[in-house]
Amino acid sequence: MNLTLKIWRQAGPKAKGEMVTYPVTDISEDMSFLEMLDVLNEQLNARGEEPIAFDSDCREGICGMCGLMISGKAHGPEVTTTCQLHMRSFSDGDEITIEPWRADAFPVIKDLVVDRGSFDRIIQAGGFISANTGSAPEAHSVPVPKPKADRAFMAAACIGCGACVAACPNASGMLFMGAKITHLGELPQGQPERDARVVNMVSQHDHEGFGGCTNIGECSSACPKEIPLDVINQLNKDLRGALMRGE
Amino acid sequence: MTTTSTTPSSSVPGLVHGVYAEGEPIRDTKAPPGPIDRRWNTRKFEASLVNPANRRKLSVIIVGTGLAGGAAAATLGEAGYQVKSFCYQDSPRRAHSIAAQGGINAAKNYKEDGDSVYRLFYDTVKGGDYRSRESNVYRLAEVSTNIIDQCVAQGVPFAREYGGLLDNRSFGGVQVSRTFYARGQTGQQLLIGAYQALERQVAAGTVEMFSRHEMLEVVVVDGKARGIIARDLVTGEIETHLADAVVLASGGYGNVFYLSTNAMGSNVTATWRAHRKGAHFANPCYTQIHPTCIPVAGEHQSKLTLMSESLRNDGRIWVPKNAADCEKDPREIPEEDRDYYLERIYPSFGNLVPRDIASRQAKNVCDEGRGVGPKVGDFRRGVYLDFTDALKRMSAEAVAEKYGNLLDMYQRITGENPYEVPMRIYPAVHYTMGGLWVDYDLQSSIPGLFVTGEANFSDHGANRLGASALMQGLADGYFVLPHTIRDYLARGPFEKLEESHEAVVEARASVDARVQKFLSIKGDRSVDSFHKELGNIMWEFCGMERSEEGLLKAIDLIRGLRDEFWRNVKVLGAADTLNQSLEKAGRVADFLELGELMCIDALHRRESCGGHFRAESQTEDGEALRHDDEYAYVAAWEWGGQDGAPVLHKEDLVYEFVEMKQRSYK
Repeated sequence: MNLTLKIWRQAGPKAKGEMVTYPVTDISEDMSFLEMLDVLNEQLNARGEEPIAFDSDCREGICGMCGLMISGKAHGPEVTTTCQLHMRSFSDGDEITIEPWRADAFPVIKDLVVDRGSFDRIIQAGGFISANTGSAPEAHSVPVPKPKADRAFMAAACIGCGACVAACPNASGMLFMGAKITHLGELPQGQPERDARVVNMVSQHDHEGFGGCTNIGECSSACPKEIPLDVINQLNKDLRGALMRGE
Repeated sequence: MTTTSTTPSSSVPGLVHGVYAEGEPIRDTKAPPGPIDRRWNTRKFEASLVNPANRRKLSVIIVGTGLAGGAAAATLGEAGYQVKSFCYQDSPRRAHSIAAQGGINAAKNYKEDGDSVYRLFYDTVKGGDYRSRESNVYRLAEVSTNIIDQCVAQGVPFAREYGGLLDNRSFGGVQVSRTFYARGQTGQQLLIGAYQALERQVAAGTVEMFSRHEMLEVVVVDGKARGIIARDLVTGEIETHLADAVVLASGGYGNVFYLSTNAMGSNVTATWRAHRKGAHFANPCYTQIHPTCIPVAGEHQSKLTLMSESLRNDGRIWVPKNAADCEKDPREIPEEDRDYYLERIYPSFGNLVPRDIASRQAKNVCDEGRGVGPKVGDFRRGVYLDFTDALKRMSAEAVAEKYGNLLDMYQRITGENPYEVPMRIYPAVHYTMGGLWVDYDLQSSIPGLFVTGEANFSDHGANRLGASALMQGLADGYFVLPHTIRDYLARGPFEKLEESHEAVVEARASVDARVQKFLSIKGDRSVDSFHKELGNIMWEFCGMERSEEGLLKAIDLIRGLRDEFWRNVKVLGAADTLNQSLEKAGRVADFLELGELMCIDALHRRESCGGHFRAESQTEDGEALRHDDEYAYVAAWEWGGQDGAPVLHKEDLVYEFVEMKQRSYK
């Protein structure tokens, strides 16, 4: 198929960006979206134009490194990661716009590459259970009811790609944060630090410049791992409880 | 193949096969003597202690944030050392350990089915085809139980039973259920556990994190590893980082084949630069080719995707009996015209034969012209993995419950519905058992340079068992390295080192020069085109079946390609910015050197063992044939210089506890 791509080019963090049009031809429907960009980059390289910078690593939908705004949708038209999106989701003659994640908390580094260090700093603020190596009790000493274990697992499936932030009109990181709060909060091991965790993470989230949640739900719809919106309810409930208990 | 000479055209006279020299054997691996179940305790006791107040004066650099690197950085940070952690990704949470699906082995014996530390040790030595060290493997099995405790305490959401206890499954043809898992995402959950522990130490100030940084050189001063030269991938700045010890946890080198199940950025640069500075590279030819991957669809393919081999539990593998049927709709090929070749050749194990055997037989039937799917080059490279019988036996719902996520992934990638049409699979490079040589302390042949996880060669011999990579990464990172490195650090703090030291300046200058060289060649071919060509050579001649003739040809081809690379590569853009072509150029330049060493190692090992199959060494019915009398050793290669030949150092493998046998799965 032949396509017209309109791609955000930006030389550096402070440079002014612009949309640039690139036609591509002979695209196979078996290609992944990123392989289609690989083909374009090979052509640019051959013409002496600098290839388009974009992030990707595992290309099997689990590392969370890739992420593009494709015709206005985070990770494009399917519920999956950009690397798992295939060209059979598009038709001959389509015009596709490709942009980086847009959020104050995710500044653009170059072209389609953004800095998601703010997510790491939210985890640093409290997204862990303090258990030094070697200090752990025997694994079977603390049984975990299966429904709680399953819900923790569901929330732990988050890959930290940032699609939730990119999809949210407020650029809120609440789904990402709610997933971690729920994952650790469902487990008995996560209880001792539960109050401090939510307060510290929310404080860091706001400090990073993410917006608040106004229950629109775009985050959950865009999430390639289908993290449900109710993790945000959990986060709010935990936060209220923690503040009432004077954390 | 057209080459008939017995040495490469550019070989040097006086060398073995014209390509390598032989040096002194390695006699001491530093494992303590005594009963095997006491050795690790002995070593931990004998390792010197470091006073807590002194730890903050001691610094460690760790390259890589997967299970082996992330766990080590967190643990050493908790202990109070000053740690600097590096990864090329935008966050330590992206490291490729995250992609492991199946599970992690541990000798907990929660199923009371006869498992034990000794049995896990025994299975791992046997699975490695008797090419690993008993002392190391026993220690791995011994600490495996601590790993599960540690991960549960961190909140890793392993699968549980209704009573709230941990579930286990049997994996990879093993007869006991010792594999802990978190659906098909075990690697992700274990890595996030290590990542969170690491970020906790970043917040505590014990670990300084350098993401989007790539190590490009190791700094060796007075024979000791004292730091690294790294490039900030965002600003392009070349940085010097000095420390008392350096740990490489940078993963495997499967991307030398271009197409593999590794991440796009996975590379050999950290270990290869260390090799060039004196660290021996052990058993580079031992690569694992995984039988159940989604086949190559076309020339544009950038990576291969693995599907858990648990699919072989219920799926049946076949190809048409007649090459004429290969283009037909598989549903229209009658039962009598199908060749269920694994069930035919191996009646007792059938579709569940080990990975290396399943892979090689798939290659054989495709080489015969009976492969299925699109033609890539002259051949169809695919075999059917058919769930028709399972769907009849179990119902679609039951199949979906068990394999739904894998079948969905298959459909997303291929556009075909596996509930209606048999899936197509083909083997792909998945894991590399070889790596930098290390002693029992995980120290390389450069003092102060330690190597953990897939980056070292230590525990899997010639073939790795399923669910053992995660075990080794976390064993090294959480429980082994922190003890052995303290014995080294206890000799410090070492002499203060200035950035103006001659060795530091030289290391940095060499990195600068290399970056400038890539940008100044201004040739005609992209980095990727060289990488693809190298990958084709490696896959053809150093893949599932290797022969003397093919390997000699490959060495010639790689030398020619490397020569062209340095004359004709085209890298656009600048050094002082994010430049992904430049990053790739450095990685491919190193793969072009590693590829030759892999072929030399494969050439010198005239036996078949584990993932290494030499056409010249097989039984009458085409099975792998080991030669224990000649080859029961680790091949540790010393860098022979830019224009020199590598030097082989043999470390004899002594089996005191496990008897060496030929594997049979008939």
